[in-house]
Amino acid sequence: MRALIAEDHALLREGLIRLLDSYDIEVVEAVADEPSLVRALRREDIDVAIVDVRLPPTGTDEGLRAAVQARQQRPGLPVLVLSQYVEQLYARELLASEQGGVGYLLKDRVSNVKQFVDAVQQVAEGGTVMDPEVVAHLLRRHDGPLAGLTPREREVLEHMATGRSNAAIAASMFVTEKAVGKHIANIFAKLGLAQSDDDNRRVLAVLAYLQG
Amino acid sequence: MTATATAFVVLLVAWAGVVLAALSTAALTTVVLWFGIPWFVAMTVALRWYADQHRQATGRLLGRELVRPYRAFGSGGRFARIRWLLTDPATWRDMLWALVNCVAGTAIAGLVASLFAGTVYYAVYPLLLAVTPPGVFDRPFALVTLHHPAQGALLWPVAGLLGWLWWRYAPELMRIWAIMSAAFLEPTSAAVLQGRVAALAASRADTVDSAAAEIRRIERDLHDGAQARLVALSMNLGLADEMVERNPAKARELLAEARATTSTALTELRDLVRGIHPPVLADRGLVHAVRALAVDAPLPVGVHTSGFGEHELTRLPEPVEACAYFVVSEALANVGKHARANRVEIRMVLEPTRLLASIGDDGRGGADAGAGTGLRGLQRRLAAFDGTLSVTSPAGGPTILTMELPCAPLSPKTMRSSARD
Repeated sequence: MRALIAEDHALLREGLIRLLDSYDIEVVEAVADEPSLVRALRREDIDVAIVDVRLPPTGTDEGLRAAVQARQQRPGLPVLVLSQYVEQLYARELLASEQGGVGYLLKDRVSNVKQFVDAVQQVAEGGTVMDPEVVAHLLRRHDGPLAGLTPREREVLEHMATGRSNAAIAASMFVTEKAVGKHIANIFAKLGLAQSDDDNRRVLAVLAYLQG
Repeated sequence: MTATATAFVVLLVAWAGVVLAALSTAALTTVVLWFGIPWFVAMTVALRWYADQHRQATGRLLGRELVRPYRAFGSGGRFARIRWLLTDPATWRDMLWALVNCVAGTAIAGLVASLFAGTVYYAVYPLLLAVTPPGVFDRPFALVTLHHPAQGALLWPVAGLLGWLWWRYAPELMRIWAIMSAAFLEPTSAAVLQGRVAALAASRADTVDSAAAEIRRIERDLHDGAQARLVALSMNLGLADEMVERNPAKARELLAEARATTSTALTELRDLVRGIHPPVLADRGLVHAVRALAVDAPLPVGVHTSGFGEHELTRLPEPVEACAYFVVSEALANVGKHARANRVEIRMVLEPTRLLASIGDDGRGGADAGAGTGLRGLQRRLAAFDGTLSVTSPAGGPTILTMELPCAPLSPKTMRSSARD
């Protein structure tokens, strides 16, 4: 897999390159500011872009804006946005395209190297990955309609919204994939969402519902 | 003599003020014509110049400097300019003064000038009598006829009397004139208050700005510094965790790196905290905190203080201490960055109502309060306390920053109640 990294902090940039490298993800370009990011996002040969929200020159949110813009020009361009704090508004902007291949994670998540690499791979394959903090926040907002869910279903919903596959949810909850499937069917029925077999579409539907 | 010289000048030029006032009033009737506005502006500016000359003369007589009452001109075209002149009460007070001065000023100055001229006249009367043909100067007061120049000396008592009057009263008369002029030429107390309010509004805006900028700087420092290092640290630890079995040597390397990152992050946090409010400042007060700065500085720094009491422990209100400390610390940092100095001398004098500090270096000079945002930032910070910062920095040095910060030392009682554990 070929990745592009946009991160202005040299220490983190080198760390990310090393981390991805040890999982056979080749970093084809690592940039440190917005203009070079905008240019690099035009490359056809990247499978995923890992972008820090905050980049020079102004150090505000140009990384995010460059990513959103690039995805408008190339729908589905896989972008994983990293940030030192999560901002619901930014999550909303990233999900607005209703296209997969997008992720939004706290930088802290890199400490769980395996999960982080999984997230990168998932985004590259067109999946959607949301930080648990974003999801927790969204769930808090929807206390009313979600009250009908059982605690188990709620847990599954939370995992699902972060973008994890049925298998991953099953593994972390110590249940079978079949059981997870059943929970999901119940959740969709209770929330009045159309069922879909496609994992990715399902995640997007759930996130769209929660953002609603 | 100053008084008499001023009297003669006033006597000679008092009419000019009235002419200027009349011309600028006349201009107002023609503002609808194209030349009306420039004419009015030119006349008003001329009247201001004329008034300024009198302000200086008045100031010399009263032994203090007169404050100019005019509002500062903002910006804009010719209409903004005429508005500025028309709406400034000082414009009209200048005109009023010109009229009053032409009458009362001329009377007073005329009296003083006459006393002086009379004294001289009667003192040199014998000489006049001697050098002029008969019939010109031989009948003073038209009562007696003087036949010989020596008889002219009979008028010396008159010269003496006038001279005495002049000597005794000329300064006081001119003082009366000066007080009268100052009443018109200086801003009214309402105008003074207005200026004060404007200055306060500006300094408040500056304070808000600089506080916001400061918070932004701290946020940035945390984001780019300690926070980023902690992320890198957790990344290293995570990777090491993964590697510990597959590649123990690599894992050990990552752990060592993680430890180095930790200590850098701690250093950065420490520096940041020190920049916000240095512990030594909170614990020991300004003088000791400045001494601590001096010890840390990369070049020799002399610290001289007076007025801080025994053990230099007199405390000032916390915000004042923080501001003064910040100014000194920024000044020192600037010296380190720009001045190429070999030595810095810091002097701090605490007076009952103010703190004076100067930071002088023997570097290359050329610092400009207008050009650098750093010095401007310090001035803005000081403005919140009505403090001022001035810079003298000729090319080639030395550079001396002088800070004046109004404040009162804390009494021991308030010190206790505001002291921290």
